[in-house]
Formats: sequence, C-alpha cells, structure tokens
Amino acid sequence: MSLTSTKADGAQIVTVNAERIDAAMAIQFKEDMRAETESGPERVILDLSAVQFIDSSGLGAIVAAMKQLGSGRRLDLAGPTPMVEKVFRLTRMDTIFKLYGSLNEAVSATNS
Amino acid sequence: MPDTFACSFTATELEARSGISFVVERLRDFDLPEDRVGDIQIALAEAVNNVVEHAYKGVPTGDVRIRCNLSSEQLWIRISDAGPPFPDGELPAGELADVSGPLEDLPEGGFGWFLIRELTSRILYERTDGANQLSLCFQIEPQT
Repeated sequence: MSLTSTKADGAQIVTVNAERIDAAMAIQFKEDMRAETESGPERVILDLSAVQFIDSSGLGAIVAAMKQLGSGRRLDLAGPTPMVEKVFRLTRMDTIFKLYGSLNEAVSATNS
Repeated sequence: MPDTFACSFTATELEARSGISFVVERLRDFDLPEDRVGDIQIALAEAVNNVVEHAYKGVPTGDVRIRCNLSSEQLWIRISDAGPPFPDGELPAGELADVSGPLEDLPEGGFGWFLIRELTSRILYERTDGANQLSLCFQIEPQT
C-alpha cells in the first residue's frame, strides 16, 4: 500500500497512491493509515482521487481508519471517483463521512 | 449471439483480484458502459471475496471458477467453488448494516451481500456435485 502525507492549512492530507482498496489491500491500508495518522492535526483528509475501485473490505478499512483517529479528530474524503462514490452512497456511508468533489474543495473547507 | 468466457484461480485474495480484473477487462472489450462495468465489478468482487474468506474455511483452499455468459440483454456470471455448502443451504439475507449508531459502533463489514443483492437483477444458488454454484444476473442496457 502506498500512502503519502502532507499538511495544508492545518489539516493532514493523506493520498492513496493505488488504484484499488480491495480485500487484498484492506489490512495493509488500515495499518498504514494508523502509522500515518498516529499524531497530527485534528482533521485528516483522505485523497481518493487515484482509487478506481473499492470493495466492502476497503470500505471497512476506511471506517476503521476513522475509528482509529478517536473522537477528537475526523476523517474527510476527497475526490472519490464515481465508482467509489457509489459504494459509499449504496451503503449509506455517505451520511457518515464528508465527501468533497476534489482535494481543493476539501482543503478550502478547512478555512470556512 | 451470446459470448462466453471463463477463468479459474486459487481462492486467495491476490488471485481473486486477477480473476476479477480478467472479467472486467473482457466486459470492457465488449464496450459495456463504464458505470455498468463498475456495478458488475462491485458485485462480482463481493461474491468472489466471500468464497476466498468463507468457502474454504477449515478445509484446504481450492479453486474458484468464473463463467460469464453475455447476451445483448443480460450478463450471467456463475461463480463456483468446491467448499462446503452455505449454512442451511441458503444465501445470506444481505440487510444493510446499521450506520446510525455512534462512531465506535460503526460496522466495518457486513456490506457484501447487501451490495450483491442491490446490484444484481437475479441471484441463483445451486449445490451440485459437491460444488457451490452462485449465479448473478445483470441487465445490460441495449446500446442506443
């Protein structure tokens, strides 16, 4: 799993550099997210724009990544492709996470 | 004229990914609309992942076979494994996991059968000759 992390406007941006977050990837994703977000800003933005496919294991791993942050911090999602957005919508997870159309949108929302 | 294609692989997560990708690439070759291919990929991946995670539990890992039959109106995908039958010989109901509770209670799984049922138009399950045969049907919009 390849994640990269930067900081912008008080938020941590974690970018997923993989086309799939699937069953073969889910545990690694969860562990890498834990390592990347162990400490840091209250708000974490997960940039999903490179992800072309997610299955329910990958969805569960993103939920787990949010739980790992604890109650004082939050995980927002940026740039979901149509397929990724659909999985979140069908499972009603779009009511749990804030989904932004692009990373820019998500970052500008930090200041508002 | 229906087209048929098939593949088989060992029931591991990585092999499953290759098998799913093989089917998806073939569907793209037939110029199916990308959002339709997306739906099919979600349901197929959930069904195949179920086989990898559950079908060969407690017994030596075996193969997964996928056979696709594509006509102008519909696609049937049959997924077979040689594991033990489904509990009580029935498919899971696939109700949507409850996401209304507090953060720490949010479900991290249990979405698979919900997604399969949501994205398919028909599902058939047969137990024959010691094999599970799960068939998923998808409507294909005629090209306009």
